[in-house]
Amino acid sequence: MALSEEEVRHVAMLARLQLTDEEVESLRTDLNSILDYVDQLQKLELADVDPMEHPIPTVNVTRPDEPRPVLSREDALRNAPESQDGAFVIPRIVGGGDAS
Amino acid sequence: MIEMYSESTAAALAAAVRNRIVSATELAMAALARIAEGEPKVHAFNQVTPEMAIETAERIDAAIAAGEKVGPLAGVPVAFKDNMNLIGTRTTCSSKILENYESVYNATAVARMLDAGVVPLGKLNMDEFAFGSSGESSHTGPARNPWDLTRIPGGSSAGSAAAVAAGFTPLTLGSDTGGSIRQPGAMTGTVALKPTYGRVSRYGLVAFASSLDQIGPISRTVEDSALALSVIAGKDPMDATSHDAEVEDFVAAARDADVSGMRIGVVRDAFEAEGLQPEVREAFEDAVKRFEAIGAKVDEVSLPMSQNAIAAYYVIAPAEASSNLARFDGIRYGHRVSDAEDVIDLYLRSRAEGFGPESKRRIMLGTYALSAGYYDAYYAQAQRARTLIAREFGEAFERFDVLLTPTSPQVAWRFGEKSDPLTMYLSDVFTIPVNLAGNAAINVPVGFSKHGGDKLPIGLQIIGDYFAEAKLFRAAAALELEMALDLKSPIAEAADSDDTPPDAQGMLGYFTS
Repeated sequence: MALSEEEVRHVAMLARLQLTDEEVESLRTDLNSILDYVDQLQKLELADVDPMEHPIPTVNVTRPDEPRPVLSREDALRNAPESQDGAFVIPRIVGGGDAS
Repeated sequence: MIEMYSESTAAALAAAVRNRIVSATELAMAALARIAEGEPKVHAFNQVTPEMAIETAERIDAAIAAGEKVGPLAGVPVAFKDNMNLIGTRTTCSSKILENYESVYNATAVARMLDAGVVPLGKLNMDEFAFGSSGESSHTGPARNPWDLTRIPGGSSAGSAAAVAAGFTPLTLGSDTGGSIRQPGAMTGTVALKPTYGRVSRYGLVAFASSLDQIGPISRTVEDSALALSVIAGKDPMDATSHDAEVEDFVAAARDADVSGMRIGVVRDAFEAEGLQPEVREAFEDAVKRFEAIGAKVDEVSLPMSQNAIAAYYVIAPAEASSNLARFDGIRYGHRVSDAEDVIDLYLRSRAEGFGPESKRRIMLGTYALSAGYYDAYYAQAQRARTLIAREFGEAFERFDVLLTPTSPQVAWRFGEKSDPLTMYLSDVFTIPVNLAGNAAINVPVGFSKHGGDKLPIGLQIIGDYFAEAKLFRAAAALELEMALDLKSPIAEAADSDDTPPDAQGMLGYFTS
């Protein structure tokens, strides 16, 4: 199944990556070549095999629910591109000029 | 001691510091002098930390002078791959998106090394987010191979291997998702261990593929590898996938170096691998004969399911990577465009500007494999294939203590030689199956190729069952003893033959300019 240009643009939107037209074209070529190779998996009879999520199965790893030191607010914000009043600053998400 | 710095082991340096034959500060100065001289050629580092190194060394010297007990690596200069957090450094993953990121906590493996008394020299160059087998995807430019500066040092732990081979440090930490510790080990003639999945905490390691990543040491000797693993191994409450398997006396296993009666399986399929260079094949066959000569019981084994490993890996690893890299959104940290119209525009353009081409390729591949309608065909199918690959290893370890393959089908290639992504991916044919199964494996140098007239190292991979690192060290040390190779690269040789004493002020000037 070969990826079309439209599908590449759709996947890029899902991945939140803005691509140039050149990148769309080169990624389409590269991804199709990699997916061609990966398609060898389709030939395997695996219906009865359980998928492996982890090399060493671990179940319900818990720890006592006790307060302990965590990252300070200052450290948490240290690498923020923009912060103010102890919070991360992002562009407006809701509404325009009026309260809608 | 100082004259021999480039060939000294971490164990020997630690003993010399402990016994006051040399001070930690003198060693730090020697390390920094070699970096100042060789680094412009090798580019193993993304960041050198001379002040931190000297301050730490002075603290260790003071502790020893006061008669305090110090750790097993006290005074040993080391460096960390630039995907591990160390307070006081940037952790960039060699990516533009993190070029200004400052660590706000220490990775557990890093913290354990510091507790053992190491002197941190800085952060090491790598493929961007560990995506690559050559070091060429680094945003800061590639590290070069100290055996031949026109060739790659392997990847993704390119700087971790190059720094050891160049004689900058006897010991570094790297990370391995599909061969990223072992393959650069093979390319640079260094000992390089990927521990069993879960053996070492991943807390504070920037995640690539969480079900595959492991931290491990790169060193000049097997004993140093064992020493480093005994420091970093063990359960960590901050990583739920870290395991409480017994941390045995790995150094004793390395010193034991005895393979008499050990059952060694030669992976027959390796001989048919595409692109296996004749000299790599010869060195592999020679290593097998030497194991027989020193008393191991050698037989052949076949792992046919591993033929599907690269295909399964290039679904599973990018799928996990695309999820892990979703956190780089320009909000909490990392590169952010300044003129975003809205939050979607901010995500789209910050990520487009911040990630390099290989990162974009893997994010796209992984997002596609996980997207609606394709999940079962790709991701679930790859995970089922993974089950069979792991099962096949499990069956092999019922018959054998360890398994052998070459680490890489070829020696270090020239920059730009593998420009097609798939060609690069296929070069990890021997290392990738081990990550999928979760087993431990180590690279040991076993000879040299005269490829194109240059002397280039060749590596052997010894694979062990889950948590069987002691067996790996025993076998690797026995072979190391038997081969007795001279592993000093031309860059390390040049540094040691230059007998100018390190000039402290001049050096600090070099690093601050």
